[in-house]
Amino acid sequence: MEDASYMRRKLVDHAVRGACFIAALLAVVPLFSVLYYVASKGAGGLNLAFFTELPKPVGEEGGGMANALVGTLELVGLACLFAMPLGVLAGIYLAEFRESKLATVVRFSADVMSGVPSITIGIFVYTLVVLSTGHFSALAGGIALALIMLPTVTRTTEELLKLVPEELREAGLGLGVAKWRVTMRVMVRTALPGIATGVMLAIARVAGETAPLLFTAFNNRFWGGALDEPIASLPVQIYTYAVSPYEDWHRQAWAAALVLVTMVLVLNVTARVLVRHRVRAR
Amino acid sequence: MTAIASSINAFRGVASSVPDATRPVETAAQSRLEVASKKIEVEKLHAFFGTAEVLKGIDLPIYSTKVTAIIGPSGCGKSTFVRCINRMHEVTRNARTTGRVLLDGRDIYARNVDAVTVRRRVGMVFQKPNPFPTMNIRDNVLAGLRLNGLSTRDGETIVEQSLSRVALWDEVKDNLGRSGASLSGGQQQRLCIARCLALEPEVILMDEPCSALDPIATARVEALINELRERYTIVIVTHNMQQAARVADFTAFFYMGELVEHDQTKVIFTRPGNQRTEDYITGRFG
Ligand SMILES: Nc1ncnc2c1ncn2[C@@H]1O[C@H](COP(=O)(O)OP(=O)(O)O)[C@@H](O)[C@H]1O
Ligand SMILES: [Mg+2]
Repeated sequence: MEDASYMRRKLVDHAVRGACFIAALLAVVPLFSVLYYVASKGAGGLNLAFFTELPKPVGEEGGGMANALVGTLELVGLACLFAMPLGVLAGIYLAEFRESKLATVVRFSADVMSGVPSITIGIFVYTLVVLSTGHFSALAGGIALALIMLPTVTRTTEELLKLVPEELREAGLGLGVAKWRVTMRVMVRTALPGIATGVMLAIARVAGETAPLLFTAFNNRFWGGALDEPIASLPVQIYTYAVSPYEDWHRQAWAAALVLVTMVLVLNVTARVLVRHRVRAR
Repeated sequence: MTAIASSINAFRGVASSVPDATRPVETAAQSRLEVASKKIEVEKLHAFFGTAEVLKGIDLPIYSTKVTAIIGPSGCGKSTFVRCINRMHEVTRNARTTGRVLLDGRDIYARNVDAVTVRRRVGMVFQKPNPFPTMNIRDNVLAGLRLNGLSTRDGETIVEQSLSRVALWDEVKDNLGRSGASLSGGQQQRLCIARCLALEPEVILMDEPCSALDPIATARVEALINELRERYTIVIVTHNMQQAARVADFTAFFYMGELVEHDQTKVIFTRPGNQRTEDYITGRFG
């Protein structure tokens, strides 16, 4: 009697475990197949020229995406420049003044904003910046990416600050340290690795955004370093080349995709390693 | 005799940061004889959390370079009381106080007094050891100075002195770069006391400093309190009656937000003047 129920429990246990294992396996299949596919298609297009040369005019073979590579870095850099200070400070505000009316409003807006499709943000910045200045620009692209990053950075900062034990605040205040110093040098300092991780994940997300850049940064066949000029970026370049009829451009689009995926992957892995490191330091 | 004692005390008040060698040497017997001066006088202190009145008019003197124990059943307001003495109570949302707390005769709640300065003179040790996890042992000791933006040019000396005073120096001197969180609970608590001492406070408030520690670590902290009493005015909250009897010169018994009785510890424990005190210390309730 007892043996029978034991066997049954054991059986159910095995079945559930097996199901979970298969589900977990299936979940990583898309990731690895995408990685494999992009790597196998893209590796052939990677060469020195890809990283150092400008795109060749239509019809000519060869050339590279150096400008798009630098452009993506510039756009992401601009986005960080805007979104990081604003997002981190807003997150600190949310964590420190949890119950204030403004905090409730900001928190709600951030949540709504993080759900807004990125193309909508592109159109918004197009209306606001591109139409009013009269041209596409790196600045507009940076602003669009910043708006996409902002809610993530804000909420991550808030959540991570909330995880810092209140005892540390008490310890700081008890040592006669002024409130804002305790906030910055104890609370934020303790949450910093986590905040950095959140920022990195946000960067990884916007680095691949295409839609909002089509309306804002547009594209540029040349080196466009200036803030008020259109600028090339990897996602937009991939898009442009992928829909073109040229075999060589398709090859380059795959190569660019591989580079972009690698960048995002490296950012993600770095972020995770940082978290792991932090947990071990505890 | 009284005149001599009070002049010694006056000298002490001025010279609280002078190193040991230059202080008047006195034996424990002498210090017990001397008439203690009041370091802190609490007058008609009421404390509130929102509308709930948690302390209902406390009047209590706290004597200079003596250990005062606060005892009483859980929830009677012991923590709230000590947090009122360094203005930590007001850190809690909606918490407020009325009444006066005189530190060397000056009300710390007076309008022109900054809570931050009060807290530097009246240090605090918490129930749960709370070293800063992002700092190593050395930086934890210097945290008060660093975070306050004060100079740490004598840092190494301060670290060694403070850690020696809490008898932690020999245990950690080779590992000052290690995280404070890597120490045992008892070591962490002594580190927190060292961190407090590094700021040269005049008064040290301890809120159940041993309740998270094992008996051996507890004994070490008690021995430490016995040494610190030479220089500092100490207020210790404890739910452990034996601990109060062992370390305190004076004991105050709180009950439901009121001060029931305050006297020399030996009086409280041998012939308390109030029935409730006697019931509590004999374990009839609480
Ligand atoms: N943050 C708070 N908000 C509201 N009430 C509190 C808070 N902290 C403590 N209290 C209440 O104040 C009373 C005294 O608490 P406390 O001083 O912590 O007691 P003790 O330290 O003697 O156990 C208790 O009734 C407790 O419930
Ligand atoms: Mg308490």
